[in-house]
Amino acid sequence: MLELRNVWKSYRVGTLGSKRLTAVRDVSIDIAPGEVLSVVGESGSGKTTIGKMVLQLTSVTRGSILLDGADVTARGHAARKAYYRRVQGVFQDPFSSYNPIFKADRIFEAVRESYFPAVKRAEWSARVDDVLQGVRLDPGSVLGKYPHQLSGGQLQRMLIARALLLDIQVLVADEIISMLDASTRIDVLNLLGELKERGLGVLFITHDLSLANYISERVVIMRHGAVVEAGATGKVFTDPRHPYSRNLLASVPQLHRKWSDSDAEPEALEPDGDRDVPPPPLTEVDEHHWVAGV
Amino acid sequence: MSAEVVLQTEPVGRRGEHLYFALRNPKVAGGLAVVLALLLLGLIGPFFLSDSPNEYVGPKSEAPSGAHWFGTTYFGQDVFTQFVHGLRSSYLVGTLGGGIAFVIGLAVGFTAGYRGGLVDEVLNMVTNVVLVLPALAVLIVISSYLEVRGVVAQAVIIGVFSWPWVARAVRAQTFTLANRDYVDLARLTGKRSWRIIVHEIMPNMASYLLMSMILLFGGAILFAAMLDFIGLGPANAVSLGTMMQQSMAWSSLHLGMWWWFVPPGLAITLIVGALYITNVGLDEVFNPKLREM
Ligand SMILES: Nc1ncnc2c1ncn2[C@@H]1O[C@H](COP(=O)(O)OP(=O)(O)OP(=O)(O)O)[C@@H](O)[C@H]1O
Ligand SMILES: [Mg+2]
Repeated sequence: MLELRNVWKSYRVGTLGSKRLTAVRDVSIDIAPGEVLSVVGESGSGKTTIGKMVLQLTSVTRGSILLDGADVTARGHAARKAYYRRVQGVFQDPFSSYNPIFKADRIFEAVRESYFPAVKRAEWSARVDDVLQGVRLDPGSVLGKYPHQLSGGQLQRMLIARALLLDIQVLVADEIISMLDASTRIDVLNLLGELKERGLGVLFITHDLSLANYISERVVIMRHGAVVEAGATGKVFTDPRHPYSRNLLASVPQLHRKWSDSDAEPEALEPDGDRDVPPPPLTEVDEHHWVAGV
Repeated sequence: MSAEVVLQTEPVGRRGEHLYFALRNPKVAGGLAVVLALLLLGLIGPFFLSDSPNEYVGPKSEAPSGAHWFGTTYFGQDVFTQFVHGLRSSYLVGTLGGGIAFVIGLAVGFTAGYRGGLVDEVLNMVTNVVLVLPALAVLIVISSYLEVRGVVAQAVIIGVFSWPWVARAVRAQTFTLANRDYVDLARLTGKRSWRIIVHEIMPNMASYLLMSMILLFGGAILFAAMLDFIGLGPANAVSLGTMMQQSMAWSSLHLGMWWWFVPPGLAITLIVGALYITNVGLDEVFNPKLREM
């Protein structure tokens, strides 16, 4: 349904855009309906940049993004607006996602203004109540409040509810639970699971492997802007082939192991080289399991 | 004139509270009272007085009396009539010049800060060029070449030269605010850039914009008075600055005609000073930390 084809992203930095920083290199991924695809990687590996390109908040330098086979990059305002009916996002910081001087439920009103100007107020508030209940929020306790009067979990769920007001097919979720406490986390995560059941495709961006394992069928591991390993979650996590993936997996703290018990030295990795040369290609080492540079 | 770039997110739901504190703040209340009282005098006064402030109506060089409240000039013009008309043109210059500068400053600042990249670099360059231009020298050159020098022309020239510091400050604040996620969320709602600037970014710097507006207004009045005083004032109208210039040109100081130059001089000082004090008061209102001090 949503497909990234050989996507590159270079940011212009320095005066008059004199330097370039290549943040995403030749990434090809796809998301099917009813599927959660996790994108995992260290800080700065380009995960957020991928999310922003899918949401067209930043331009694609090279390559293309397709929705149901049609290229969606770099079109006019009207086409972009129509695109946002089908593809929506939720971001990492719930408190930055709301304008602090306005009431939080303003995000719903904004959707009505843009997409459903003809819908009557009464009908609209019925719809809002519906989606709020859908994300297991009590409308009475979240409507009419300012963002600082609500918890991070409530705010994130309201953002998901906002996306559901539109008939979306794809949700980009960029570290949406990393700022929530553990018990709220699992609630929001399970909510994503329900969306998946309803046929949504979710691009789940995280640096937490256990979350990726919990929620998704497929995972993409990124390093220095390129994909190093991809495939079915079970395969990648039980049999990591790339040294970087092995290090990542080894570094996950486990409940029954102390820091002092860990003895394994991390494997040596290739240093970050010239980012403008294409990264090593992915080869299929097993069914539904691809690794770079073997 | 410069502005600190302090990015303060307004406390939530405190609009009404701000108004309450603003009107209770003695600096804001006092400053506004002076500015509004003189404005009222300039607005209403001319309706009760002669339309031609340069008419020779009385005896020459007369001290203030019941017939001529502020006395008469060396040529026998009524100083009070001139003063009231002068107030009017000073406020006009302040509003128009300050308004033009405000509009340009906001347009440039928001565009540069929101678009970023190359657009920003170019606009920033223009801003810096205008900022370092010796504005006074340029104004003197332009003013002396201009055929008709009216209040409006003067205001336009002042406006075109006094926006850079506003543009810079607005740009800096917009940079920070445009990176908030709620701006991205508004884009995901299909909002156009100008709507996002007006509805998401501007409300977060409302207090700052109000204060810049006041500073620009006062700055334009002062600038106009300075131009008038060096003889580049409007040729066809009376302003507080031209009154000062005339009184000095005919050596009122030596002749002891204090009533000729004290009213306009005092009015300019009062207006600009009151605006400044209003701003200090507003700063206290918007930054509660300053309130106790
Ligand atoms: N607007 C920008 N301009 C210039 N460089 C940028 C910009 N945004 C991101 N980058 C750079 O691109 C690279 C990838 O950033 P990105 O935010 O996509 O990483 P990430 O994987 O999301 O990291 P994290 O886990 O810390 O969120 C980084 O080196 C970052 O410095
Ligand atoms: Mg990120």
